[in-house]
Amino acid sequence: MFPRLACAIAGVTLSALTSLHSIPVQAKAPVDPGALHTDELKDLFFGEALFNAYQDNYVDAISALDTEIKQHRLLDDPELDPFSVHFGQAEFAVGDLELSYRMHQEAGRAMEQVLQGNVAQPIKNEAAYRLAKIHYQKQQFANALHALELIQGRVPERVRAKEQFLRARVYMQLGRFSEAVELLEDLKGEKSLQGFVEYNLGIALLKAGETEKGVLVLDGLGRNAGSGAARQALQDKTNLLLGNQLMKEEQFDRARQYFDRVQLSGPFSDQALLGAGWVEANAGRYDRALVPWQMLKQRRATDAAVHEAMLAVPYAYGKLDVHSTAAVNYGQALDAFGEQVDVLSQSITSIREGKLLEALRRKEASQVKNWVVELRKLPGAPETHYLLDLMASNDYQEFLRNYQDLNNLFERNRDWLQSLDAFEEIIALRRSYYEPILPGLDVAFRQIDARIKMRLEQRQRLAARIDNLLVNRRPELLAKSDETEARLILEQMREILEFNPNLSSEETTDRIARLEGVLKFRLSREFDDRLTKAYKNLRELDGVIATLQETYQRYVRTRQAATHSYEGYTDQIASLRGGLNRAQDRIDQLMARQGSMLEQLAINELDERRAQLESYQIKARFALADSYDRANELQEQREDERKVEQYRVQVEQMQEAEPAANPDGEPLPTDNPPELEAPEAEGGAESAEAADDE
Amino acid sequence: MCRILITLTTAVLMSLSVLANAQNVSREEIRGLDEQIQDVKKDVISLTSELNRLEEKLLFPSNTQAAFFISLAGSASGEEFSLESVEVKLGNQVVAHHLYTYREIEALQQGGVQRIHTANVQTGAHPLVVSYHGKSKSGKEYSGTASFSVEKAVGPKFVEIQIAGTQSAINFKDW
Repeated sequence: MFPRLACAIAGVTLSALTSLHSIPVQAKAPVDPGALHTDELKDLFFGEALFNAYQDNYVDAISALDTEIKQHRLLDDPELDPFSVHFGQAEFAVGDLELSYRMHQEAGRAMEQVLQGNVAQPIKNEAAYRLAKIHYQKQQFANALHALELIQGRVPERVRAKEQFLRARVYMQLGRFSEAVELLEDLKGEKSLQGFVEYNLGIALLKAGETEKGVLVLDGLGRNAGSGAARQALQDKTNLLLGNQLMKEEQFDRARQYFDRVQLSGPFSDQALLGAGWVEANAGRYDRALVPWQMLKQRRATDAAVHEAMLAVPYAYGKLDVHSTAAVNYGQALDAFGEQVDVLSQSITSIREGKLLEALRRKEASQVKNWVVELRKLPGAPETHYLLDLMASNDYQEFLRNYQDLNNLFERNRDWLQSLDAFEEIIALRRSYYEPILPGLDVAFRQIDARIKMRLEQRQRLAARIDNLLVNRRPELLAKSDETEARLILEQMREILEFNPNLSSEETTDRIARLEGVLKFRLSREFDDRLTKAYKNLRELDGVIATLQETYQRYVRTRQAATHSYEGYTDQIASLRGGLNRAQDRIDQLMARQGSMLEQLAINELDERRAQLESYQIKARFALADSYDRANELQEQREDERKVEQYRVQVEQMQEAEPAANPDGEPLPTDNPPELEAPEAEGGAESAEAADDE
Repeated sequence: MCRILITLTTAVLMSLSVLANAQNVSREEIRGLDEQIQDVKKDVISLTSELNRLEEKLLFPSNTQAAFFISLAGSASGEEFSLESVEVKLGNQVVAHHLYTYREIEALQQGGVQRIHTANVQTGAHPLVVSYHGKSKSGKEYSGTASFSVEKAVGPKFVEIQIAGTQSAINFKDW
């Protein structure tokens, strides 16, 4: 009876495991170096966005890149902007980051834009690959295949293997295993996908009905999947899969060797120990089954495999007819189950009280590795070890990350709202400082401005005059004030003499002419020097005027900056505050819905585990009673045998002593000894009960 | 015993149907919620961009803005050099002192650029002194200090401080 049921269990386990394993294994994709790496940085802000992206600060990275891209598009001559070197890369990077930030719709839209745009085919191919990746992640496999079919010609080298691997996984999901096998065969030896290709190939072969080939491929992987924790886990997973597969085929000895290959400290060790025990039990070697099961029984009391082992151990003892030990083990199992049922009940209460969501919102969630597991250490927190399987599921992970993203956005917005308050305070302070002093400053500035303008006009006139002198030589225009005065006096004297000829004499006329000649001669002789000097002076004046104009411009800028520091923000801040408040309301609602889903799933999981344990408890109680009965029966049987043996010995002793004691050859008594007589009277019944008690 | 085994079978089936839990919440509901979450993320990112611009305009107007960025020089990138701390003095005042986390170090090694400080300064020359401490992969400690004169003009000023760790050198680049 049991072996068949055990096989059934193993079969169920296997089919369930296979169904889990048939979800193709994905190599943990590193950050795509093509999209988020640059050898020569041409734009600091692109580098800053990369700095955020590498730390998974998606909001900062995406918003920075978005801003850069928008600003770049608004430029008149975008090719002059150093960002143009990174522009295409930035567009892909935004798509990638949106994908990492689980904004599949936006990422998909970005890729579709690239596909519809007028770009080179290799870029379109890369976009198609990325779009397919998005559909794959969303479990829309037909759409993923459709996107892959858009790829024409050459695929960029750095994504070629990934594209092929993705295509193979899509085929597997669509049940086209033979096509997947062909692609995966081609990918063998691809270093970046080492192990993952072989695993998927093995599964594809098994699914395609080529069992032996599949086992062979998986066997190779199970021997050596490579170094590193991920590869070791893959190796264990492969061996576990093979062990279960062979146990299903009743090849128990072969199955055992695969279970034995699984590391004892790895994440699959519990399942492997359990499987190793079942292999031995199926083969009827219960004593050997006890070895892995006993080991498993000592492990973490929250694991389903450990619970199963707690029942399997006494079961094996029972099969070995050691019913008393079986009873003791059933008793231990009952105690352990009782404790765990209490833990589960407390955990459910804790989740209902909101402790799980509270812990998920803590800062540690982003700082402590495996926080969802570690949070169990908080006082009053639920026992998250029971949720490990649930938490490993894609849906739960998505819910969890969405919840944490929403919480981060909520906190970020809350900080911005506080910042907006601070901005308004700054603006008010600036207004109260500038508004009283600016009118006075403006008046003073206007006066200075008028004087500056006047001086500038004077300078322009002087410059024009000097320029004119270069073409039209007029030395008198460069005369000094005393020379001009002397020239004017001489002109005046000549006019007086013309008006009163009586006063004039030849000598006087000559003297005036001589003086005028001397003056003209000096002006004419010094004209070039004076002109040069005038030029130099004008240049010096230009320097002073440049300083004046700079001061003027600085003042204008400062004046504008003063106004801009508090004017024109009111509407923008009001609009942003409105946007933030609306976003907060939406985030709050979405968090409540997402949190409720998380709680509900966790409670359902814990409820199921509790129901399972309660069911185990009932069965363990029955089995315990059964073991006691069998132990008692066995004890009675042994007691009877002992007494029969004692009687036989007595008879033999009597026979030996008979020749001396009974020389006449009197026949031996043939009736039963009194303890073997059926009880007839009350006294007899009592003595029988007493014997039972003994 | 038979019943025990039947129960065991049921229990195993139950334990393996963890994913079926998610089915308690309908697929449509999950998709609808997911799409709404994506929408709100998009809106918040857009708001964040606008808020960043507002903050910069308000707190660091372009005529006084001077921003300082840390990067690792080509030879220091990769995993050869781990930056531990950087101190920036502007005008003889310590304006930034940063201790690096593991993720920040990785981000710098991969080619990211960290904005370490943004200041408001007047036009003219401002002395900048940068010092750093770090370690090579082998555990050898490196440190260095270098000075630079920041010439602030009318427009915003961006200075890249490039640390060539294992050469104990710091290069400055005006952007």
